[in-house]
Amino acid sequence: MPRYDANDDSVVLIVGSGAGGGTLANELCRKGLKVVLLEAGQRQSPATFRNEEWFAFNQLAWLDKRTTSGTWRIAKDFPNLPAWICKTVGGTTVHWAGASLRLQEHEFQARTHYSGITGANLIDWPLTLAELEPYYAKAENKMGVTRTNDIPGLPGNNNFKVMYNGAIRAGYKTVHTGRMAINSRPRDGRSACWQLGFCFQGCKSGAKWSTLYTEIPAAEATGKLDLRTESMALQIQHDDRGRATGVLYADKDGNHQFQKSRIVCVAANSIETPRLLLNSHSTMFPHGLANSSGQVGRNYMRHTTGSVFGVFKQPVHMYRGTVMAGIIQDEARYDPSRGFAGGFELETISLGLPFAAAFLNPGAWGEDYTNLLEGYPNMAGMWIVGEDLPQETNAVTLHPSEKDQYGLPIPNVHYDDHPNDLAMRTYAFKRGAAVYDAVGATRTVEVPPYPSTHNLGTCRQSAKASDGVCNKWGQTHDVKNLFISDGSQFSSSAAENPTLTIVSLAIRQADYIADQCSKREL
Amino acid sequence: MRRREFLKAGALVVAGTAAAASGVATIADAAAGKPELTTLRPHQGETLLAMTRRIFPHKQLDDAPYWNVVRDIDTAAKSDSSVAKLIAEGIESLDAQGRRFIELAEKEQTIALKRIETTAFFQKVRSIELQTLYSDPSVWKVLGYQGPAYKYGGYIHRGFDDLAWLPNPPESASPKPA
Ligand SMILES: Cc1cc2nc3c(=O)[nH]c(=O)nc-3n(C[C@H](O)[C@H](O)[C@H](O)COP(=O)(O)OP(=O)(O)OC[C@H]3O[C@@H](n4cnc5c(N)ncnc54)[C@H](O)[C@@H]3O)c2cc1C
Ligand code: SF4
Repeated sequence: MPRYDANDDSVVLIVGSGAGGGTLANELCRKGLKVVLLEAGQRQSPATFRNEEWFAFNQLAWLDKRTTSGTWRIAKDFPNLPAWICKTVGGTTVHWAGASLRLQEHEFQARTHYSGITGANLIDWPLTLAELEPYYAKAENKMGVTRTNDIPGLPGNNNFKVMYNGAIRAGYKTVHTGRMAINSRPRDGRSACWQLGFCFQGCKSGAKWSTLYTEIPAAEATGKLDLRTESMALQIQHDDRGRATGVLYADKDGNHQFQKSRIVCVAANSIETPRLLLNSHSTMFPHGLANSSGQVGRNYMRHTTGSVFGVFKQPVHMYRGTVMAGIIQDEARYDPSRGFAGGFELETISLGLPFAAAFLNPGAWGEDYTNLLEGYPNMAGMWIVGEDLPQETNAVTLHPSEKDQYGLPIPNVHYDDHPNDLAMRTYAFKRGAAVYDAVGATRTVEVPPYPSTHNLGTCRQSAKASDGVCNKWGQTHDVKNLFISDGSQFSSSAAENPTLTIVSLAIRQADYIADQCSKREL
Repeated sequence: MRRREFLKAGALVVAGTAAAASGVATIADAAAGKPELTTLRPHQGETLLAMTRRIFPHKQLDDAPYWNVVRDIDTAAKSDSSVAKLIAEGIESLDAQGRRFIELAEKEQTIALKRIETTAFFQKVRSIELQTLYSDPSVWKVLGYQGPAYKYGGYIHRGFDDLAWLPNPPESASPKPA
C-alpha cells in the first residue's frame, strides 16, 4: 500500500470509507488516480465479527456523543443516539441489510409532484432517473443485486412466509424476496447467503456486499489506495482563492496531521459530513465551507419509519435467515388520495432477543411488556420505510457548548415530524397490522422508529446555488474542488432504501472527477 | 431453601446447601447463581434482585439470570463511584416509604417502582438489566431464541423456512435455495 507524502497535492482525499467513500475510492483508483482515504474507525473483518447484537453494536457503531431536539420520538427514547450508523472501515455497509432499490422517476421531481405542502422545503433533483439509470445498472452489477443481472432472488425465510401470505390475503400484488445485495449464489469470490440472520452485525459469511471486503480490497489491489484508519478528519482547509487545499486530521495516536490534496470528497454520512463543513469555517467562509446558501446541515431526512410486529399462535422464528427477507411494494406508488405525498415500502425485519427487548417499546417494563417478549418465537416483523419531506428547520447544527474528544463542537440533530410524515406512519401502521391480521395474528404491535439508519439530505444537490450545497455531480457550488459523496446529496428522500443510489452517484461522480482532471478543470 | 450469608471484607459469600458449598450447584438451588458482590452490601443485592425480578418479570426464569444482572450492577458500581452512590441512595429512598422494599408483596413492589420509574436510579438498573438479561444464553433458551448461528453454519440447513402452518409462496416470489 502506498503512503503518499503529506505535501503531495496531486492526491484525491476522501473522508469516510462507507457506501459512498469506499465505492468512490475504488472507482478513482481503477482510473489510475492516487487516493488517500481517511476513515475514523478501525478495520474489522468477517473473522472478527460476532453473532451478538450488543457486542457488534459496541464494536462497529458510531458512539461519539450527539444530542437531539425536536418532536420526533427519538429525542425522548434515544436522546444521545439520533442515528444508528457505523464507525469502521466499510462504514454502515457493515451493518446494512442489503435492500437495493432504484428510486422512481417521479421521486426525482419532489417539488413538481408534491408542491404546495406547508413547511416542506421541496426541490427537484437536478438529475433525472434517465441520467442515473446507466449507473444504477453498474451499481447493481457491482453489488450483485438479486433479481438483476440474471441473479435469482433469495429464498424466503419463515418471516417472509408470514408476510407473503398476509400481504396476498390483504390484497397486495407485488410481494417477493426483494432486490438484495446479498449473494443467492456464490459470486465475485464471495459465498451464497447462509441464512445466518445477523446481517446487522456484520455478515460473517461475506455473502452481503460491503465496501469493507469488496471495494476497498479491489482499490488496494490497484496499488493506488492509501487507506488511513483511525484517522478522524477535523477540518478542510482552503487557500485565498477559496480552493480546498487539504484536510487536517487526528491520527491513531491523536496527533494532528495535514494532508494536502488536489480534490477533497466528503462521504462521512449525513451527520458528520455537514458537521465537518461547519467546523471548517474560516474568515472567508464564516458560516462554514460551501455554505453560502445557508443550507449545509439543513433539510435533514431520515425516512418515515416504524415497525409492525405480529404475534401468532404458532412458531415463526423470525430471526432465522436474512433480516430483510422480503418486500411489499404496492404502497410505494405516487397516490396522494391516501392523504399524504410520497409512498412507502414494507420490508420484513427481525431482531434478535437482545434488540427486540430494547426496541419493541423503548423504556417499557413490567408484566405487559414481558408477556409480549414471551411471544418472541411466534413473532413476525416488518419495517416501514417511506418518503419524509425536507424541512429547512430539520437540521444538523453545532452544539453551542459541548465538545468531543478532539475539542470540536458535537452535532445536534433536530427533527420535527411533518404532518405528512405522521399521516403516512399512521396509515402504514394500519396496513402492516392488516397484513398480519389476515393470517391470524393474536396481537400486533406498532413499534416506534429506531435511531436513524438512513440519514440524508444535509448537503443537497440543487440546480440553483441558493437552494442547496452541490450540483448534480456532488460538486459544491462554492468550492470547485470540494465534493459531497454520500447520502447528504439527496434532494429528496424517496421511499426506497438509499444505498444503491449512493453507490450509483459515487460511480457517476468518479467518472466526472476523472474527466474534469483530464481536462485540467480540477 | 435456607440461605446463610456471611459478610467478609465487604464481599457477600454464600454458603447454601452442601452441594453449593462444594461447588456442585443443583437446579433446585436458587442461590446457585448468587454472585460474590464486591461493592454492594447484601441488603442492596437482595433489594436489586427483587427489583430486577419486577422490572422484567418472567415466571419461567429462576433467580440465577437476575443475579447475573445484580453482578453487573455491582461491577458498574465498583468501577464508577457515582453509580455506587446512585444505587445506594436509590435503595435508601425505596426503603424509606414505610416498609423496606423486599418486605412488600410483589404487586406493591411494582407500584413502588412505578412511582420512581423516571429517576436516574431506576433507569440505570433497567438499562443494565435490559442488556444483561436478554443477552444471557440461559434466558434465550427459555424464551425461544437460538443465539449465534455462525458456528452451526447458519440456518440454511436448520429450518430458516420450516414454517408449515401457511402455504409456501410461489417460486416467482421466493425461489428455491441454491
Ligand atoms: C441496521 C442498518 C440497516 C440498513 N439497511 C439498509 C438496507 O437494507 N438498504 C439500504 O439501502 N440501506 C441500508 N442502511 C443504510 C446504509 O447503511 C447507509 O445508507 C449507507 O451506508 C450510507 O453510506 P454513506 O457513505 O453515506 O455513509 P457510511 O456508510 O455511514 O460511511 C461513513 C463513514 O465515514 C466515516 N467518518 C465519519 N466522519 C468521519 C471523519 N470526520 N473522519 C473520517 N471518517 C469519518 C465513518 O466512520 C464511516 O465509516 C442500513 C443501515 C443500518 C444501520
Ligand atoms: S443472513 Fe445472509 S446476508 Fe445476512 S448475515 Fe447471514 S449470510 Fe450474511
